[in-house]
Amino acid sequence: MTDWPGVGIKDVEADMKIQGQGVLITGASRGLGRALAEALAVKGAKLALVARDARPLEDLAATIRARGGTAHAIAADVSVKAAVHEIAGRAHGLVGEIGIAIHNASTLGPTPLRLLLDTECEDLAAVLETNLVGPFRLTKILAGAMALRGGGTIVHVSSDAAIEPYPRWGAYGISKAAQDHLSRILAAELDGTGVRILAVDPGEMDTVMHAAAVPEADRTTLQRPAEVAARIVSMIEDEARATSGARLLAPSWSVP
Amino acid sequence: MRGPAKLLEAARDGWRSHLASMSTRDVTMCDDAAVMAVALEANEVSRDAVRLVTIDPTTDQVAVHAFAALPSLLRAGDLVVVNDAATLPGSLYGRTAAGEDFELRLAAPIEGTRLVGVAFGPGDWRTRTELRGPSPPLPLGSLVRIGSIIAKVRAVEGRRVTLDADEVLDARGVPHEVTSTDAIWQAIYAAGLPVQYAHRAAQLALWTVQTSYAARPWAAEMPSAGRPLTWDVLLAMKRAGIAIASLTHAAGLGSIGDADADRELPWPERYELPERTAAAIAATRVVGGRVIAIGTTVVRALEASGGRAGAGVATLRLDPSYRPEVVDGLVSGLHVPGESHYELLRAFASHARLSRALAVASRAGMSGHELGDTCLIVPRH
Repeated sequence: MTDWPGVGIKDVEADMKIQGQGVLITGASRGLGRALAEALAVKGAKLALVARDARPLEDLAATIRARGGTAHAIAADVSVKAAVHEIAGRAHGLVGEIGIAIHNASTLGPTPLRLLLDTECEDLAAVLETNLVGPFRLTKILAGAMALRGGGTIVHVSSDAAIEPYPRWGAYGISKAAQDHLSRILAAELDGTGVRILAVDPGEMDTVMHAAAVPEADRTTLQRPAEVAARIVSMIEDEARATSGARLLAPSWSVP
Repeated sequence: MRGPAKLLEAARDGWRSHLASMSTRDVTMCDDAAVMAVALEANEVSRDAVRLVTIDPTTDQVAVHAFAALPSLLRAGDLVVVNDAATLPGSLYGRTAAGEDFELRLAAPIEGTRLVGVAFGPGDWRTRTELRGPSPPLPLGSLVRIGSIIAKVRAVEGRRVTLDADEVLDARGVPHEVTSTDAIWQAIYAAGLPVQYAHRAAQLALWTVQTSYAARPWAAEMPSAGRPLTWDVLLAMKRAGIAIASLTHAAGLGSIGDADADRELPWPERYELPERTAAAIAATRVVGGRVIAIGTTVVRALEASGGRAGAGVATLRLDPSYRPEVVDGLVSGLHVPGESHYELLRAFASHARLSRALAVASRAGMSGHELGDTCLIVPRH
């Protein structure tokens, strides 16, 4: 290879090709998940889309296919143990090896949001099942195959509620803080295998979830999910800047 | 249930007490492998508790280790090759157009809407495979229902049945033509369980029959030699300079319940050997390392492919006369004379050496169950 002025070969090699990769996205039927699916479809990914509601998910997969992309719908609930091997099996059956997994599905728990002392124990447990244990179970299946192949990327969608102790965001904030640490420990344990584990704080977005949490928000001040999705796709591609174990902030990520 | 467990049920208890009273010298002198082997236990062993009996084909040395010792039993420069096929939820109950019940066990990967498997007569998972009656008639072109799938019988050759899953019933029971394979995969995972073992107290869940690196669901039954390969063991091998690579081999059914038909197993099986694995094999040759197959399915794929990258169908039969060209050693479950897998092991070690090892294994209380203990056959040189 000859040197290109201004572009190091290292940078070229650090680009993760999305074209042809099997990509699994949870929470794919709306909001950020949907925007990620659309952005990755344009890049030539083979998508396994997961969400609880079949209808919007199947519509999204059909829309992507109609545009010439590859997308499959897997209606399932990531918080259910028995569903997780189904999700992984169906995804592998439909798109082949999974090179990228994005844990985007999450729940706030009951809204309006409430103080921790007013939170039912069962509601906290349910939030942890969806936001923490579900991604853990799915990663446990997907990361092993990635590590054997010597590469792969797992993205955990985080939140600033993982860092800041916002009153009333208890169940969600606890789950996201734990998920951040899950991400870091996985990165430490898989160091040297080629598997990259990222946590990404997307910042505040104009989504159904945000409206449920903060109904009084001025929507004009919020990011659009498509903008955030473009930054996350850039992180996935940029193995040199988005290194394993990192917790990245989407609003301050510059897309080259 | 395969051979060891079957044979065992009749003869275990008496032989176990007899063997326990024998000295090591008696065991190494004993060459009646068939007798020794039936004394293997038939219990499931948890992944963390699996043991490994080492067999050196060039000497009489036999030793029993914890499976976690595997990295120390291999050398830097060796290459371990695993089968990354996930296990299908391949046990599916159905009903013919005439209203008769049957079980279909998938025997090959699902391709599009096509399902290939073996049909059994009525009964449930508690009935031993060899006691299951034949399938009810499956006339060509007739429709059968499996879960929410309506499938057409495309071919029947002996026990092998090919179906086309053309329609899927929705939640209200209305059939829809299959326009995307999404619906087939949903229906299979909703209706199926992994192929079961009749002697278990409870049914096996799908996650109990997956290796820690399973990817595409191609295996009719678990490639079980890899079951004790935890990431703790895999990463220890990596640190010890032992390379690890994968291939995907569509492991078929271990038994189809009929002695004559079982002798024809394994059927031709699909495999894919990635470029990176072919490169790893070549690199291992350069440094004088050994290629160690994890399981007989890996042996079959590596020998069928000659270690070259690509997709293919393994048709070769491995028996004592076979001279392996790619594989230097292997990890396998414990198999006894009479099983096709035992004949494959004889391509790597003599009957006399295998039978001594089985005797030691049985004295140590090791298990010949699919989900039991293992052996490592590797030359010391």
